[in-house]
Formats: sequence, C-alpha cells, structure tokens
Amino acid sequence: MTRRAPVAVASACLAFTLTACGGASTTDSAPATLDANADLSKQSLTISIWDGYSPKDLPERVKAKLGFDTKVAIHDTNETIMAKLTAGGDSGIDVAFVSGQYAQALNAQGLLEPLHADLIPNLKNLFPEAAQLAYDKGNTFSVPYTWGTTGLCYRSDLVKTPPTSWSDLLNPPAELKKKITMMTTERWLALPALKLLGASVNTTDQAVLDKAKQMLLKVKPDLLAYDDTTFGDRLKSGEAAMAEAWDGWCPTAEKNIKFVVPSEGSDLWADTMVILKSSRNKEAAHAFINYILDPEIHGWVAQNILYKIPNKVAMDALDPKLLESYPALAQPPAELLKGESLIDLGEASTMYTRLSTEVSAAQ
Amino acid sequence: MRDRSARLGWLRLPFWLTYLFLYAPIAVLVIMSFNRAKTPYTWGGFSLDWYGRLAENDSIRGGLVNTLIVAFGATVLSTVLGTLLAVGLARYTRSRLLDALSTLPAILPDLVLAIGLLVFYTAVKMTLGLHSVLIAHTVFGMAFVSAVVRARLSHMDTSLEEASRDLGATPITTFFTVTLPTLAPGVLAGALLAFTLSLDEFVIAFFTAAPSEPTLPIVIYSMVRFGVTPEINALATLLLAVSFTVVIVAQRMTRLTEALK
Amino acid sequence: MTGTGPPVAAVRKAAGRLVTLGPGFGFLTVFLLVPLALVLSYTVFRRGRFGGVVHEPTGENFTRLADPLYLDVVFGSVKLAVITTLLALLLGYPTAYMIAKLPAKWKVIALVAVVLPFWTNFLIRTYAWIVLLNSEGMLNSGLKALGLGPVELLYTDGAIVAGLLYAYLPLMILPLYSAIERLDPSLREASANLGARPARTFWSVTLPLSLPGVLTGCVFVFVPSLGNFVIPELLGGGRRIMVGNLIRDQFLKARDWPFGSVLALAVIAVLVLLLFAQAWAARRAGRDA
Repeated sequence: MTRRAPVAVASACLAFTLTACGGASTTDSAPATLDANADLSKQSLTISIWDGYSPKDLPERVKAKLGFDTKVAIHDTNETIMAKLTAGGDSGIDVAFVSGQYAQALNAQGLLEPLHADLIPNLKNLFPEAAQLAYDKGNTFSVPYTWGTTGLCYRSDLVKTPPTSWSDLLNPPAELKKKITMMTTERWLALPALKLLGASVNTTDQAVLDKAKQMLLKVKPDLLAYDDTTFGDRLKSGEAAMAEAWDGWCPTAEKNIKFVVPSEGSDLWADTMVILKSSRNKEAAHAFINYILDPEIHGWVAQNILYKIPNKVAMDALDPKLLESYPALAQPPAELLKGESLIDLGEASTMYTRLSTEVSAAQ
Repeated sequence: MRDRSARLGWLRLPFWLTYLFLYAPIAVLVIMSFNRAKTPYTWGGFSLDWYGRLAENDSIRGGLVNTLIVAFGATVLSTVLGTLLAVGLARYTRSRLLDALSTLPAILPDLVLAIGLLVFYTAVKMTLGLHSVLIAHTVFGMAFVSAVVRARLSHMDTSLEEASRDLGATPITTFFTVTLPTLAPGVLAGALLAFTLSLDEFVIAFFTAAPSEPTLPIVIYSMVRFGVTPEINALATLLLAVSFTVVIVAQRMTRLTEALK
Repeated sequence: MTGTGPPVAAVRKAAGRLVTLGPGFGFLTVFLLVPLALVLSYTVFRRGRFGGVVHEPTGENFTRLADPLYLDVVFGSVKLAVITTLLALLLGYPTAYMIAKLPAKWKVIALVAVVLPFWTNFLIRTYAWIVLLNSEGMLNSGLKALGLGPVELLYTDGAIVAGLLYAYLPLMILPLYSAIERLDPSLREASANLGARPARTFWSVTLPLSLPGVLTGCVFVFVPSLGNFVIPELLGGGRRIMVGNLIRDQFLKARDWPFGSVLALAVIAVLVLLLFAQAWAARRAGRDA
C-alpha cells in the first residue's frame, strides 16, 4: 500500500504539470525573410498528399530540376493529416496538400507560413479566379492545386432517368434503393440537403441544419454506404448506381458513367498546397510549389487524373480531344465560381460534427 | 477412446465450421492474388502481375522497412525490459499492484493506449516519428514478454540458483550463467510474440506515427480505403507464406532447444 | 567478499530489486501511467478549439455522456460486441474442447492453424470479407446461381459482427483451450463412473471448472470489439458507428479531446468491471475444485 503511493503521486503531478504547460503554445518564430538565393541542394522536402494525386516520378523530376530530395508521404483524409499537423511538435512535413477550409483552419492556428509570392513566379500561370477563393483571398497562405465541385456520379445504364436534382439523391426512386452512396466527411454529407433546402453550404443556422438532418435520416435506409473514396469502384462494378461525388473522382472514362451538377447548385472546393511554419526547408518548399505550377507538371493532373486545375497556361495547353471526351474538365472557371466556396466555420464547425454523428449513429 | 470420440461427434460441426470460417477469406485472398482481372469479383486467368506491381510499389516498400525497424527495436527493448521485470516480480517483490501494472498494457484496449500516448506526446511536444511508435509498441510488448517469461519462471527449479549462490557466485554471475539460460526458451517465445504483435499493430501506430513515416499497416489502411488493388492480395499471400515459414522454423528451433536441454 | 551477513544480503536484495524492476516500471510510469493520468485529467477540462484542452474545469463532458445520441451509440456497440462474444463462445468452446481432446501432434497443428490467420495483416483479412460479402461478390454469386440472391450482406450489422468475430475468435479459443486442457480428467471420469451422462458431466463439472477461461475469452473478445473502429467503417459502410469510432472521431475529427477522454474512461470502466467478474469466477472455480 505504501509503495504504490509515490508512483501514483508522481504520475499525477507530472500529468498536471504537463497539462499546465500544454495549453500555452510556443510557436517557433520563423525567419522574417527567406533567402531567394539559398542553396536548395542543401535542403530536402517532405510533402504529404493523397495517394495517386501527383506523378509517381515527382521526386526524381524535382531532384533533376531543383536539386533537392523529396519524400512523399501519403494521407488518406484531410482529417488524418490535420490531426498530425495540429498534434504539437514538429510533424516533419514541409508542404501539405489539404482542402481549402482545412488550410484556413491551419492558418487560424498559426501553423502556416505566409507565402512569399516573389519566390513563386509561376503564380502568374493561374486563372485570376484562383486568387478569389473565399477561404484564402489573394493566396496569402495557400495555392490551389486542383478545384472542382460536388455532384452526382451515376451509371446511365442503371438509372431510369438521369438525375438532375439533389432530390434524386435524397428521395431516390425504388429501383435505386441500396444502390446509392453519399459522402461521409461532415461538410459534404450535409451539402445535398442544404442545397435542396436552398441554404448556404456554410450555414450555421441550427433550424436549417435540423431540417437537413431530417432529410439525411430519411434517406439513410436507402443508402448502400457512406463513402468518400471508393464510390468509383462501386459504380464500375455495378454495386452502386449513383453516388454523391467530387467531379474529379467520378470515373467518367468508363462508358456508362456520367457526372452532373444538380440544378440547385453545389460547392466550389479546392485542394491546396500549404507550407508549414515548422518547416526548416522553406526556400525549397517555395521552389517546389513554384515547380508544381509549371504547366508541364500541373498539366499532368488534368491529363492523368482528370481533375480541373486552376492553371490557365496548363489548361490552354491541353489536347482539345481530351476536353471533348471529358466535358466536366472543360468547365470554365467563371462557371465553377458560381459554386459556393466551403470555408472553415470556426467554433460552429461542431454543429456539423454533431449532425454527422447523429446521422451515422441513427439506426 | 473410440466411444468417447464418437460421443463428441456433434462437436465436429462447430470445430470444422471454425476452421472454414477462419480460412475461407484467406483462400479468397490467395486465389485472387493470382487473378489477372483488376476487379476482385471476376476471374481473368492466372497471372503473377500483381506480385510484380507489389515489388514496384514504393509506399509499401517504405512501410515495410519502417515496420521492420519498429518491430526489431520494440522487440529488443521489450525483451530486455520484460525479462528483467519478470525476474524482479518473481524474486524481489510480492506486490500485487506492480504485478497488475505489468500486465495492464496487454489488456488495455489499443485505442485507449493510442490516445493516451497521443495526448502525452502532444503535451511534451515530442516530435512524432518511428521512435514514438517504437516506444508505444514497447509498452505492450514488454507486458507480453514479462507474462511469458514469468510463466517459465514459475516452473523453474530455484535450487540451481541457490546452488550457484552457495558456491559463491555473485547475483549477476548467477543471473547470466544460470537464470537466463534456463529462461531462454521463454525469452525467445516472448520476443517472438512481441515481434509479431508489433508487425501487425495498426491502431496505436495510426495515432502515434509521423505522417512522413507510416508503418506497413497504415499504408495498407490507406490503400484499403481507396479501393483495393489486387496488389493487396499479393501482399497478404506473401505475408502468409512468411508467417508459415516462421512458424515452421520456430517449431524446429524449439524442438532443437528441447533436444539440447 | 568475506561473509554474507544480513546487511550485504539486504543491500543485494535492494540492488536486485532496483536493477530488475526499476527500468521496466520507470518506462511504464512515463509511457503508460502518465499518459493515462493525462487522459483522466483531461476529462474535467473544456475542449480547446483545435484540440488539446483549455484549463477551465467543467463537468459537462460527463453530462454529455448521458446525451441520448451518445448513449445510443454506446448501447448499439455493446449489443454488437455482446453478439460477437456469444457467437465466439458458441463456436470457440466446442472447437477448444475438440482441440484439447486431439492427440498431441494434431493438437499443435490445430492450435497453430487457429493463430496463423493472425499473421496476415488485420486490415487485409477484413478486406477479404468485403470481397466475400459484396453484392457482386462470391457468396452472392453463389446465392444468385441458386436463385436465392442477391441478398444484402455487406454494410449491415451482420457484416460488422462477422468481421469482429473473425478478428477476435482466436482470442476466445486460446484461453478456453488452456482452461479445458488443465482440467483434471479424473474429475470427469469420476462423474462418468458415478453414472452421470456426458451432458450432465459437462454441465456440472467441465463447464463450471472452465468458467474462468470462458470469462477470460469473453473479455478478450468483448473489449476490443467495443473499441474497434476499422471494421464498422470498412464492413459497416459507415452506416453504423461504434464507441471506437466515436473516440477516434473526438480525437481526429471533432478535436474534442476532453469528451474523447470521457469515452475512453467509460471503456476502461467496462474493462475493469469485466476483470473483476473474471477474478471472482476464477476464485469461485478454485474453491469448487
């Protein structure tokens, strides 16, 4: 009895000292200015990106062009990488690829390096619209890598009438029961219902969210699954006939698979590149982002994974035949900007967390 | 004997059902790893393509290297700490509290240990990396080593140690010349257990690994989430083949140590 | 080294204690006790906007546990974990019993065969079930050929239970096996000689004496089933969340560490309860024997 007391007391004391110091954040002060002439070959870079979202030989190309080593880490979702980047300590990541509203949240925490536009001359290749995205106007801490919208991806041979409205997803006809998937990430889970209600995708009105919840609960028994990542495979195999999908993830290369933006409108999402304040290779990080914006590299994304890119020079250089076979790719930025940009909601984001928990917990 | 086994007749059904249940999915994986077709639902002819693809997959290779580093490091550390702990618990204390503490990591749900360490690493602002996973795996690894070694200790004849001490050997000499050799099979078994558990551990690594240095289970998790390519089946088949070999070798080795005794 | 008087022995004993127990418990104190104490202390603080905690004491994390939303998740997962545990017992007990009765050589093979699937990756094994249960998958192709399908198998509670059972069945079989194996055969024989039928012998002798093993197996299956978040996600299609998902989400998505800590504490409480039950049964069985 007496011997355990010291252990318990010691660990309790230690625990409380730790919590006490855990609250105060001591952010490393970054160098105010970056050296434009830094020897990049002395630096090395670790980037974190989704699987298959960049050319496989990117590290080799960067090495040949810029002279430094690049390590590619893979994250499966925005949430996973966010958790690692906010976990305190140095995450070891220099450049992260995250969606716009997550970049905004990272910046609000003071975790991002303000971008030095003079070190990224290729910014001039981008559409002017790329600097008008609501989560980061003027690209002060993020550069868009891809952008697009959310809509319905469907098998034209398995649906009786092609969908045109979010209502076709939320009030599915009998033949589509158990043949539909919706997204699980909370903001996109709520999107179809919010748009059908005529509300903003960034709404913080509890009454609207309650209505949206009722719609989502009503459709739940008819869904096959909640799925952010594999609905493309499900559509190909015929397991699913319709899916709420990001345009780039809809495998329209397949014969019977089509994509439509419902008439009620949708969002404008962007996946962005950000530089972490904790990075010790900031010059290399800027050079890397600049290199990505090179039409040849950036064009790879459009040609190979069929995502729209905010790079005017690269888009103009695309084979017109490609745009013909993938009309979604040809959607002009002005039209894309009609979609509503998803922004970080700060404290109110818990409303969406609760909504998504309520929907997934309902039986 | 015969009539008893006849009486157990009805027990055979659940017995075989268990093995069918355990091996049907594995059979599917192995067969599909040789399937030329990309979707797992149709048969497109025999092919070894996916094994070739697997060899080219950098993230799997990187994950495998990280996993091996963590597993080796955690095994060495947990074997040393766990063996000492077992000896100490058996010889130097009767505290039931310490006893319980030594087995706590083995029964604590992995998720609880995972968030505990995440919270701790964050609080002390420790940089995540392979070392943070290695420490985490040592926490539960040593519990298993200590349990296995203690089981061996309880069967051990203490008269040898006493004889050694009576002959004037120091406790340290006694430990290395008498205690440790007798415990060796237990230590080896514990080390093997710690190693296997570390190899396949996902939840704790998921929370404590650095994003740039994922272990193999984390790599597999992101692959599975993104719709599986048959490369995964090829990987599963290879892992199974390796496990099978290790089991046979371990079996031979224990027979060897028994023969040497 | 003249004379091994009591003082030297005492010093040696203290040194031995320090050398053997010091490193291990030092390690466990820093990397197990302190982290658990931290989690415990977080339960009484307010959540930080971006994870971590704000040091304002509050009791609301505990009152939130009573929110029907979370209670439903807890009860739902307890239900699935209980079903999984019962099925594991139903399959595992006869299997362990059979293994214990096998000749020595086959015993080893049968035991290794139980553990071997464990040595492929857990996620890959779970994925195999997707292939099996998919509406376009093997089981359904078979059912279709028989004119019975397709039946909705994947993304159901049944699929989650199958996945959990698959993941943890060996953890039921192994302790059961060692409990049954240890039983003194003479007790059973005595019972048989006294004219008891095999069934009666089983219910009145074998089962009560193997009860500690039964409970150990149940703890080993029930606790990780409750805390699993991968299987509900992959085999449940996100249509059902369990306590494990809830805890994971508090730390990774909602970044509500205090509430996540409360949930973790609840899981620990369940574990402690079960361990007490197990210890009680072991003591009872020891007394009866």
